[in-house]
Amino acid sequence: METDTRSIDREALAQLFLQWQSGGKRIVAPKRINGKTDFARVASLDEVSLDRVQTVQSPKSAVFPRVEELFSFLSRDGKVEIRERDLAALPGTVLFGLRPCDAAAFASLAAIFTWDSPDSLFSARLANTVVVGVSCPRADEYCFCTSVGGGPGAVTGSDILLTETGSGVFLAEIVSEKGRQAVHGADGLFGPAAGMDKEGHLAKVEAAFAKERIGPALASLFDDAAFWEEQSRRCLGCGACAYVCPTCACFDIQDEGGASGKRLRCWDSCGFGLFTLHTSGHNPRPLQSQRWRQRLMHKFAYMPERQRVLGCVGCGRCSRACPVDMNILEHVRAIAEAKP
Amino acid sequence: MEALRSKARELLAGKTVQVVIGYGPGSGGGARAVFIREAAQADILVFDGTCQQNLAVYLMKPEVRKLGKAALVATPPALRTILQLAAENQLTDAALLVLAVSPSGNEVVPLATFAALEAHVAALDHGLGAADKAELETYAALSLERRRQFWEEQFSRCLKCYACRAACPLCYCTRCTVECNQPQWIPVPAHDLGNLEWNVMRAMHLAGRCVDCGDCSRACPVGIPLHLLNRKLIGAVFADFDFRSGMAAKADNAMSTFKPNDPEDFIR
Repeated sequence: METDTRSIDREALAQLFLQWQSGGKRIVAPKRINGKTDFARVASLDEVSLDRVQTVQSPKSAVFPRVEELFSFLSRDGKVEIRERDLAALPGTVLFGLRPCDAAAFASLAAIFTWDSPDSLFSARLANTVVVGVSCPRADEYCFCTSVGGGPGAVTGSDILLTETGSGVFLAEIVSEKGRQAVHGADGLFGPAAGMDKEGHLAKVEAAFAKERIGPALASLFDDAAFWEEQSRRCLGCGACAYVCPTCACFDIQDEGGASGKRLRCWDSCGFGLFTLHTSGHNPRPLQSQRWRQRLMHKFAYMPERQRVLGCVGCGRCSRACPVDMNILEHVRAIAEAKP
Repeated sequence: MEALRSKARELLAGKTVQVVIGYGPGSGGGARAVFIREAAQADILVFDGTCQQNLAVYLMKPEVRKLGKAALVATPPALRTILQLAAENQLTDAALLVLAVSPSGNEVVPLATFAALEAHVAALDHGLGAADKAELETYAALSLERRRQFWEEQFSRCLKCYACRAACPLCYCTRCTVECNQPQWIPVPAHDLGNLEWNVMRAMHLAGRCVDCGDCSRACPVGIPLHLLNRKLIGAVFADFDFRSGMAAKADNAMSTFKPNDPEDFIR
């Protein structure tokens, strides 16, 4: 649909929150918790914190929770009964205040979860989620959205994108049919957008590398063990980068409860040594340098090849969360600049 | 800083060590671990208040061990970590040269033997600072019920990314309890029970071993104050067994050593 551009002020936005809540939707937005900003359910606009460049975690748990019951099973008299999840019971969600990079990440997640056979839980959650992005007025040294096809005011992935153009006044771009539905019946809360310009209110993020260069560079570096060891020596092999990443989609399956119980899908990370360990004891990626290589290959080579979408949106979360300062922008630059 | 750089240059040029593990400039005005293998690279070494990571964690990494004999730039907790690793038979004397650096970074004391390390560590102050002491006292003053609520709330945010484990130099098991599934001791999912069992198990495995470097809390992406658990246990071990970890290269493990004159009679 054609973008519908309007204006909305903070007071009207607070009213819109009430309308969404009375329509049965939960609102998940950035909130200050324990001195950090993270996505959590909020009761009102007042609880929303938009003054940080980024949240610690990505909003992916709205569509891909860190632990999700896939189905339950009941073993009785030699028969096993499977109880599927009731997709209609999944919560309707307004994901509010995420940055354009996070909004863009849903395309990467969807590409994985609907690649061969669509994942019904993921798809149902995504269909039930309205994405209300807020453009970035500021960026930091870890941001690189413009190098991977995004931008601080990019609308891709958002159903509605807000840009604060003055104190408490937002330009509202209603981008999708889902966005239009979300503001249905709320025309009175919006004003005209005549004369409003968002460009002057966006962070400046310089392009740091040419993304077309990364795939071929990775292909020629694949066997260069010394390069990967040099790049990854301080990496400790934890899962912080993968777990805060808005596009990392690897998971592990766990059964709980014995003969009757639940099958659970849990986040997993290619950075863990156990990730590829075979039952035989053989591990095709025994070294941390190989696991680090896999992380970059998957995002910048395999996903563009197979899913036609990059596995990185340049949000910089992994760099900020890394306990040992593995700054992904530096590593991707080193790959782009490596002599083949 | 120059003292550190010239020492590193000397050690590498003279082939006394093959690698100097220290701090170099990192992102956001901070410092990060660097592995210097040539004298000419020693100029990137820095030492200031942002150099907090306990670099002894790298002594247990095969990727670093294979580089050869190392000199390690060590803060006070790293010094104690090395002695604790020695006490647990993970490091041998002479396999390592420790570079103890004064807080200003202007003075470097090379410690080539565990005996020298012990003497150096014995002279340091191991008490908590005023702010740390107040934080622990506030926490310890909570009722049992309030403490349970506190940890339930904290652990509800645990992602099970295991950054605490990875950052901890004393969590060096090649196969962690949480990765054993025959039987499954600790639930893998990051749900309430899984998170409680994981974090309590880790704290208990570090009781009498943790040297209070604080890297678990610093590593946690969601800001869980794990150091409070460790500090509480450090206090308990000291009170019950008069034992402080990381002070000697030969020491019994406080939690797995039985003495016939143990005042508790439940074990007899």
